[in-house]
Amino acid sequence: MSAYAWLPEFLERLKADNVLLEDESVGVAAGITMLLLEAEDWGRAAAQAQKYGLRWTGGWADEIGEEIIVNACLVHHSDLLLLRARLPLGSPVLPSHTPYYPGADRMERHTQDMYGVVFSDHPDPRRWARHHAWGENEYPLRRDFPIAGTRHYPMRTDDNYRFLQTQGAGVYEIPVGPVHAGIIEPGHFRFQAVGEQVLNLEQRLGYVHKGIEKIAMGRDAQGVARLAARVSGDSTVAHTWAACMAMEQAAGIEVPERANWLRAIMCERERIANHLGDIGAICNDVAFAFANYQFSRLRESWQRVSQQVFGHRFMMDCVVPGGVAHDEGVGYLEQLRVGLEPLRHEMHELMPILDDNSSLEDRLATTGFLSAEIAARFGSTGYVGKASGQDIDARRDRRYSPYDRLDVRVPVFTDGDVEARMHVRSEEILVSLDLLEQLLRDIPEGPIRTEWRAPQEGAEGIGVVDGWRGEILTYVRFDAAGRVRRFFPRDPSWFTWPALEQLIHGNIVPDFPVCNKSVNGSYSGHDL
Amino acid sequence: MLRIFNKIRKIGVITETVDDERDAAFEEVGEQLRARVGEMFNGSLAIREVDAGSCNGCELEVNALNNAFYDVERFGVHFVASPRHADMLLVTGPVSKHMEAALRRTYDATPDPKLVLAMGDCGADGGEFGCSYASCGGVSNIIPVDGVIRGCPPTPLALMKAILAMIEKRAVEA
Repeated sequence: MSAYAWLPEFLERLKADNVLLEDESVGVAAGITMLLLEAEDWGRAAAQAQKYGLRWTGGWADEIGEEIIVNACLVHHSDLLLLRARLPLGSPVLPSHTPYYPGADRMERHTQDMYGVVFSDHPDPRRWARHHAWGENEYPLRRDFPIAGTRHYPMRTDDNYRFLQTQGAGVYEIPVGPVHAGIIEPGHFRFQAVGEQVLNLEQRLGYVHKGIEKIAMGRDAQGVARLAARVSGDSTVAHTWAACMAMEQAAGIEVPERANWLRAIMCERERIANHLGDIGAICNDVAFAFANYQFSRLRESWQRVSQQVFGHRFMMDCVVPGGVAHDEGVGYLEQLRVGLEPLRHEMHELMPILDDNSSLEDRLATTGFLSAEIAARFGSTGYVGKASGQDIDARRDRRYSPYDRLDVRVPVFTDGDVEARMHVRSEEILVSLDLLEQLLRDIPEGPIRTEWRAPQEGAEGIGVVDGWRGEILTYVRFDAAGRVRRFFPRDPSWFTWPALEQLIHGNIVPDFPVCNKSVNGSYSGHDL
Repeated sequence: MLRIFNKIRKIGVITETVDDERDAAFEEVGEQLRARVGEMFNGSLAIREVDAGSCNGCELEVNALNNAFYDVERFGVHFVASPRHADMLLVTGPVSKHMEAALRRTYDATPDPKLVLAMGDCGADGGEFGCSYASCGGVSNIIPVDGVIRGCPPTPLALMKAILAMIEKRAVEA
């Protein structure tokens, strides 16, 4: 289907549902089609979008003059559609998208806490990003909120959050976190269980909220790129790429071909490194130590090569606005190429061992089942979506350079269990190795950076990159001084954390760690 | 099963290869560490890692210390699940305001005498995130810190060296 061929029909549907659409309501923002809606039409537009089959892929607000601008980004046939509503700063009220898109739940609550937007029919208006670092009537992302905050005394714990209650004979609660037993990020999980069976899991996140959106305001492009590199350290390349893509689009900068190829090379290497680590860690959570040692060995070797070639084990800060930080030259690329076949060989040797292991199969197969229907409702992408029938991959669907020249095979399974999520990872490693083969063979010569030129006031950009966890969507807007005024990096974890709450139902408490690892949501990327 | 044994046999013990400069350096630091841990901690240094607001980059490198290349346990250093079992807290930052109380509690739950190592540029002084309405900055703004290892993130070798240096410092002081 050609680009936006579905749009006229969708607009007709909106009009039929009395969504007010004038000629001037349809415009372009951040390089994509944008519909400017009346606040009262906001919910009905989402209802129609959901019926029409659009996927909800991000929501954020912005403050311009005396208005709060609320944005929601949807996608259909790989075309992005931006819905936008302008609300008065004094009473920013509009309907919620959550009744139609449950994946919008936490992002709307985030917007509520950060901007004071009231989503009038939101089914769960409890606070989300806010613990006790700011007050109920304070909104950190508004201009009038000081960057240093208003509360300078020692913080107390987030002790009065209203969790779902369960009652009945034999029902008990298990509170876990924020400090976890392993070497992982902090967050709180509240289980209700009967015997070993999990009745319900409720997540309470926001512990690693470190004000990324606020401190981005007023930074130059290079500063925002450094911040993007630390939104989620394990996805440093993908997040920086998405941020740079958005900023370059806003500035109208054409990135040299060679730079895009180098970005892709690093992004595929990041995917492989993380998938290797995860396969080992999933097996380790069911006490199959052999796999953990083997895959962490492969991961370490892989990272050492990244260190040698790119100067950093995670390739942090190697993607910069306008291109990449340094050129690797022919010799280095050869060094990357010779590492591909040995890893492919190891994968072909190790995966059959894992697949033939009956005790591993016993623990992983059917565990943590996520149906295709629920995955679609939450808009889960990445290995969580792909293991549950969601055939979504921005590299193939959006065909951003250099993937427009490559054939990206997307592994999709329908089993929806921990084993399927592991298999998506192992298949993706093989796909990435093939892609790296082509990237390293066909990389064009030429410059690696275009000089950065700050865009004009109000310039907007949206970047979409498929990271190892799934689709990343990043929005930026620039101010009059050529500095970033609004930065919102939407990590894929927003749509997989709630999936974890669903897929754990009916599983036993001791299987939670492996279910959690199979989803491996980013805390930092989600808490911002 | 045979394939598993065969794979293990083929890979061999990668931990002891010292043909590589990095491995040699690590081995050397490790041996010094083992000697010190033997003297001061009765052969076993227990570390509780606390993520107080990190981007997860530091956590990946702490985890790497346990892979077969570094295998830090052979030097008597191991990571424990409870602060009550810990001699040392390894804290990554910046300390978010939302983790401030949890970090204080974890510190209080760790028995004396205890060591605190702040990890990463963020743990040192807030790094890229600095101090804000949401971030308390470096670890030392919240709990007493005995040592700092900078880096974004520090490599496993640098981290090992920092653990050793901190123990050495404590030995000199004692």
